[in-house]
Amino acid sequence: MENYNESRNEAWREELRKSKTAKERNNIERVEMPQLDPAYRITCNEEVNQGINEEQAVLEATRCLDCPNPQCVTGCPVGINIPKFIKNIERGEFAQAAATLKETSSLPAVCGRVCPQEKQCESKCIRLKMKQPAVAIGYLERFAADWQRNNTEQEIPPMKPANGIKVAVIGSGPSGLSFAGDMAKQGFDVTVFEALHEIGGVLKYGIPEFRLPNSIVDYEIEGLRKMGVKFEKDVLVGKTITYDDLHEQGFKGVFVGSGAGFPRFMDIPGENLIGVMSSNEYLTRINLMSAGRGGDTPVMKGDTIAVIGGGNTAMDSTRTALRMGAKRVILVYRRSEEEMPARREEVGHAKEEGVEFMTLHNPIEYIGDEKGHIKAMRIQRMELGEPDASGRRSPVPVEGAIEEIPVDIVIVAVGVSPNQLVPRSIEGLDVSRRNTIVVNEETMQSNIGDLYAGGDIVRGGATVILAMGDGRRAAQNMAKQLLGE
Amino acid sequence: MNKIVSKQRFSENVTKLVVEAPLIAKARRAGHFVIVRCGEKGERIPLTIADSDPAAGTITLVIQSVGDSTRKICALEPGEYLTDVVGPLGQATRIEKYGTVLCCGGGVGVAPLLPIIRAMKEAGNRVVSVLAGRTKDLIILEDEVRASSDDVIIMTDDGSYGNKGLVTVGVEEVIKREKVDKVVTIGPAIMMKFVSLLTKKYEVPTEASLNAIMVDGTGMCGACRVTVGGKTRFVCVEGPEFDAHEIDFDELLMRLKM
Repeated sequence: MENYNESRNEAWREELRKSKTAKERNNIERVEMPQLDPAYRITCNEEVNQGINEEQAVLEATRCLDCPNPQCVTGCPVGINIPKFIKNIERGEFAQAAATLKETSSLPAVCGRVCPQEKQCESKCIRLKMKQPAVAIGYLERFAADWQRNNTEQEIPPMKPANGIKVAVIGSGPSGLSFAGDMAKQGFDVTVFEALHEIGGVLKYGIPEFRLPNSIVDYEIEGLRKMGVKFEKDVLVGKTITYDDLHEQGFKGVFVGSGAGFPRFMDIPGENLIGVMSSNEYLTRINLMSAGRGGDTPVMKGDTIAVIGGGNTAMDSTRTALRMGAKRVILVYRRSEEEMPARREEVGHAKEEGVEFMTLHNPIEYIGDEKGHIKAMRIQRMELGEPDASGRRSPVPVEGAIEEIPVDIVIVAVGVSPNQLVPRSIEGLDVSRRNTIVVNEETMQSNIGDLYAGGDIVRGGATVILAMGDGRRAAQNMAKQLLGE
Repeated sequence: MNKIVSKQRFSENVTKLVVEAPLIAKARRAGHFVIVRCGEKGERIPLTIADSDPAAGTITLVIQSVGDSTRKICALEPGEYLTDVVGPLGQATRIEKYGTVLCCGGGVGVAPLLPIIRAMKEAGNRVVSVLAGRTKDLIILEDEVRASSDDVIIMTDDGSYGNKGLVTVGVEEVIKREKVDKVVTIGPAIMMKFVSLLTKKYEVPTEASLNAIMVDGTGMCGACRVTVGGKTRFVCVEGPEFDAHEIDFDELLMRLKM
């Protein structure tokens, strides 16, 4: 781990700390994220969170007490030196703040938007212990990354001289990109293989434009290109080329970040009716294929759309449905709002935009018309029972409490399973019963010495930042191995 | 970007394209398919691979234009490019020595059937092929099929070529006259449904290759799901071939109308 004190002891930091009293810092209220008006934003695809301005950022950065033993950093899966970047913002050195982020994160503008900071860095902030809102670390991260992108030429971070060792990355999602960036910095010759026709994985096909604009993702990818990372689209490792082919081509290490492709369904009657689809399908059609926004790919539209699930993908689906012109969007979730895995912010945004929440309800059957198109869903009311293995109170059906609601489209967002395509194609690779790749949790190394893995193919369904943390750890360890350190 | 090397028009709506795709040409086996995209806003379209030439680095696609996207692809001329070609996708056909294999293709389905006919023949099977089409012009790749088949029966709905009648007439004729150990069928879903019903009656194991609606083709979207033996399966990664007698063809036919 970094030595956070080294930067803390620099003269400018000491001076900055002394420039205001703790009381002065404590009296500042947490900044609010400027947002587009809900009535307007559902008519377009523009980014909802508008970002804070320089003045707001400096003031928010002033709220940070620059603790001697900062806990925020322990909550960051990629170990960003949070106080250092925040204090750089406070003193107005925005470029240096951005450079600090880049030291450990390949995608700061992405993380600043989609990380669940409230559960990570911000959840450890000392201000919470003082019964005050945490420093808005996420907003500040986004500010610094955006400022750098909008005001300076894209710079490549300090890089070690090329060592000529080739490494391959399978999948261009967050774990793969993070791994690629870290390896390139260490001087490796990195090639990323992507099965789809766009680079970015879930950042492109999954997360909608109104939450994470594609231009932001493309900018980060461009940065990696400038660092020498090569990208090969339309290549499915295991199909187009094999793991053995990679060796023949001289790759000395392989990182698998192929993600959690398989959408889960609930196995209830009527699930294969026309108009019932996975959130992956719905979001891929719209986000990746531009369906309904000038792309050739069609997407079904309807007045009443139900989304099943309570995660971020479910929220993304509801809000996308509104933007595609649905008049009524219903979120159906089997537990209560408290148990929802989605970020509070996303839940709030969905509500502001008019999504109806039917919590403690679960679909048990879909009913079709004579043409096989869904026309209604049968919904079972639930109540909370005892806590289950996940620690959340498990929902149990309320006997007889079933109602039928007419719907035009149902989007199933109840989770994904790891994509078996890559793991299955590698002989001897240790794969769990859930089809995840088994790795050493410290090093991310699999049972095959030169093969590392991270992200959803290891975790089965997690967040962008955890995937990035995996990529980063894998890079550190693979680099050590390949350099014989 | 994948260059179109040559083009041949089989009929008004059916076009053959030979496309540069060296890695796929080398990796593909009978039964595999690719996803192609034409234009930066283009749809991802699954197409079965009819042939490949690993030395030349090309694959052959036979495309029936049924909508805007397939029309766009068929309009490409040699020297022009497909924006993306990815594959080979799906599971390859299980090729082994069964004895007598009846390969039954309808319309443009004969194109993906051809590599299976060849592979079955190479594996030492007696191969009887039944090709069917609405009319003479829609019977494609006949010479190529003949070259790898021990016997070929041609069926046209209107009797303009070969025997008059539906594909099932030809299939039943073969099953009645000789012992058939395996049937492979590729064609319109409705045709495969009736072939399957027939071979089920005679208890001949049958594989059908399904052409479902897909977006990514790698197991991500689930648009291609089909019920096989009461279970939901994904055509793109678990198929495209399934035990025909277990396929819920009525559901498939319904979903294809999407």
